[in-house]
Amino acid sequence: MKIKFYPTFLILIFFIIFFIFYKGLQNPNIYTPSVEIKKNIPEFKVKKFENDKILNSKDIFLDNKFYLFNIWASWCVPCREEHKYLMKFKKDKNIEIIGLNYKDSYENAKEFLDELKNPYEIILSDLDGTIAIEWGAYGVPETFLIHNKKIIKKIIGPINEYSFIEIEEIIK
Amino acid sequence: MKLFKYLAIIFLIINISLANAENINLQNKITKNLRCLICQGQSIYDSDTEFANSLKLVVKQKLENGKSEDEIYSFFQEKYGEWILYDPKFNKNTYFLWLLPVLMFIIGGAIIFKLFIIKKK
Repeated sequence: MKIKFYPTFLILIFFIIFFIFYKGLQNPNIYTPSVEIKKNIPEFKVKKFENDKILNSKDIFLDNKFYLFNIWASWCVPCREEHKYLMKFKKDKNIEIIGLNYKDSYENAKEFLDELKNPYEIILSDLDGTIAIEWGAYGVPETFLIHNKKIIKKIIGPINEYSFIEIEEIIK
Repeated sequence: MKLFKYLAIIFLIINISLANAENINLQNKITKNLRCLICQGQSIYDSDTEFANSLKLVVKQKLENGKSEDEIYSFFQEKYGEWILYDPKFNKNTYFLWLLPVLMFIIGGAIIFKLFIIKKK
């Protein structure tokens, strides 16, 4: 009996380790951030894009209204791609678009908006990128759908036809 | 009296630069333990992307505001998830990871003890 105990034990350990690694094989090793989140929006103070007025996040987002919080920059090429969808959202009365201009110069951003038109109700300025970090953003473009001061959806990268329809469905 | 004044000034300068150096050391330690989520296999400290540079700035600001190391880690964990930390915290998802080496050590020790020490007796 004593002799048989150790081999069985070793085989058992081997199987446990094999099982763990086999399970691990099926997990993707590329990190994909979660997009379905129900988080409160962060509180922050921010400078307006057009002037030096400081706004408080509490005064920007009101209850019972849908907001699209869009992080953009004039130097970001995918932002041009998604711009047409933002212009479509602008026509929708159910939603308001707030822009966060990320690490950009005023002149370049102004030129970008003059060329492609301005879809934003309010534009905020994030010169050093710290406000984007408060939002848990990875880069530009990134869009958050907000309702009742909660982030209900997050789109990393440009808005496309698919995510456009998805948002339309939610805010209907 | 003049000498005393000079000494006081020198003492002050040394103190300030020491405090500064300590802060920078802690800042480096924290940024080394944060994963750059948009780069592959790099920490925030190593990376020079826009994302990493902003994160470094946030860490610096938080330290200047008197936040502790743990508070900063929890802040980033809340924003970006557990994955951003290179040194994962002890919770229900990671307890197996942390306890496995200890478990192995105990079991191995028990086997050795049984095989060699008890047998010899």
